[in-house]
Amino acid sequence: MDARYTWRTLVREATLILLALLFLVPLAGLLNVSLKPQDSEGGALAFAWPPTLGNYARAWDEAGLGAALANSFVITVVSVALIIAFAAAAAYPLARVTRGWSRATFFLLVGGLLVPGQLALLPLYATMRDVGLLGTLWAVILINVGQQIPFSVFLYTMFLRELPLDYEEAALLDGCGPVRSFVTVVFPLLRPVTGTVVILNAVGIWNEFFTPLLYLGGSDNTTAPVAIYGFVSQYVSQWPLIFAGLVISVVPILVLYFALQKHIIKGFAGGLKG
Amino acid sequence: MAAPHATTTPPGARAPAARTPATARGQRAGVRAPWWFVVPAVAVYVFIVVVPSVNGAVFSFTDWNGLRPGWSFVGLGNYADVLADRAARDALVNTLLLAATATVVQNVAGLLLALGVNRVVRSRYVLRVVFFAPVVLTPLVAGYVWSFLLSPDGALNEALRAAGLGALAHDWLGDPGTALYAVVAEIVWQFAGYSMVIYLAGLQAIPAEVLEAATIDGAGAWSRFRHVVLPLLNGAVVINVMLCLIGGLKQFDQVMAMTGGGPGTATETISTAIYKSAFSLGDYPFSIALAVVMTAVIAVLAAVQFRLTQRRSS
Repeated sequence: MDARYTWRTLVREATLILLALLFLVPLAGLLNVSLKPQDSEGGALAFAWPPTLGNYARAWDEAGLGAALANSFVITVVSVALIIAFAAAAAYPLARVTRGWSRATFFLLVGGLLVPGQLALLPLYATMRDVGLLGTLWAVILINVGQQIPFSVFLYTMFLRELPLDYEEAALLDGCGPVRSFVTVVFPLLRPVTGTVVILNAVGIWNEFFTPLLYLGGSDNTTAPVAIYGFVSQYVSQWPLIFAGLVISVVPILVLYFALQKHIIKGFAGGLKG
Repeated sequence: MAAPHATTTPPGARAPAARTPATARGQRAGVRAPWWFVVPAVAVYVFIVVVPSVNGAVFSFTDWNGLRPGWSFVGLGNYADVLADRAARDALVNTLLLAATATVVQNVAGLLLALGVNRVVRSRYVLRVVFFAPVVLTPLVAGYVWSFLLSPDGALNEALRAAGLGALAHDWLGDPGTALYAVVAEIVWQFAGYSMVIYLAGLQAIPAEVLEAATIDGAGAWSRFRHVVLPLLNGAVVINVMLCLIGGLKQFDQVMAMTGGGPGTATETISTAIYKSAFSLGDYPFSIALAVVMTAVIAVLAAVQFRLTQRRSS
């Protein structure tokens, strides 16, 4: 056991810190370029003084980032809320009932983990078009929920199988029906999984590009990544302006990350113990 | 994520309806989980995943183009088109190459980082936060930043020239020989922290006594790692490899940001090819057959991996 701090540890620590600084280069470059005047000389890491916030104002207006961020926010919050409600509820009978239909349903749902969304892509696109949901946030929300059900149901079911029945029985003896017992007793006990489900899905949905590109691309209702995609193709190689847009689009998720890093890292590690 | 075995049978699940007081000691009251709780989840899942996936598989044997309601079977015609298409074949090869390289490099990097920040090092908590930070970054945005850093006058070439290695500087994304590996480098930078966190959880589950016992038995650092740590990390390896492989096989965002699939077809992946054939060229049958090929590739690789890891753990 090398639990003591030796000169070898010092070398290791120095190497890791150097590596961490290298890891931050892309982020530092992103921030630095976004603060440069449009016609400034020098590369990603050469500072230009004085910094300007002008790129931010222009990017905000011209990429329509205000509305796009609001859409991203609505899509993320509504999708995650529905995923939690649907997945937790479904996992309850799937974990508690051992009859055939319960096992069959579980395997039907979890089997979805292996099917890439691309297979369903075009038929789903045609259906969404036919029912008039193209260009609406609902299309993206529904797709997020459907695609994330398998993994979230899996996590909830595994957790519930380990959860003793005592609490539910106590609730039953107190005269709680199954619905009330689930909502007031079981669901609060699921908090650790709910945390993981929220973190994994919120990060994934906020950052998602493909689905919103298909369903919202070209409409007035875009999300942040889709707005950025359009913005970049419009202002090719005007890097300071583009980078200001990029910074605005990732600020919410990065602020959240640095504020809640412990929980977020734990959420990513905890979701995968299956 | 493999098929779960441990089904703990909840006692009393079939006991009579509610409101039976627990009469004898140990008797379980009838806890009931209503079957209709599964309905919302199953309904959305069937509508979004099951029905369109089945339709996709069926339509891949037809000339369905998404617009006309009618369609007729064309047998394996669409698959023949896919196989005969140079760009689609390139996309298939690129995707496998990208997924394989990214999986190997990201896992080695993630494991080394995890070993580095596991214990003793003073700044380990800060280091973990830094190495994990790119994971939460929007992949599209990260791709744009990298495309700037790797551009002919970007930071990488500048650094090379400053270090007197100007001969190595070139257009990383414009050269078909390096473009795919440039994308892999971005993926590794972005997701090595994810692998690190999973390996870290695995490392921290190893009891200190086991390592102490190995040390007392005279095992050196390498031998401890090879014969004690690595076998105990098997679960983390399985999860990490599975996540990397599937993520790599579906790769879309970073490619769209960094190269758009080019130069030529040098970085075209199955996902970008599916997107382009459907939404730029309007060739639905081709696109759908390619999606079925992709599903088959993922299923086969997942099965192979499952087999390999089953054998290793038994």
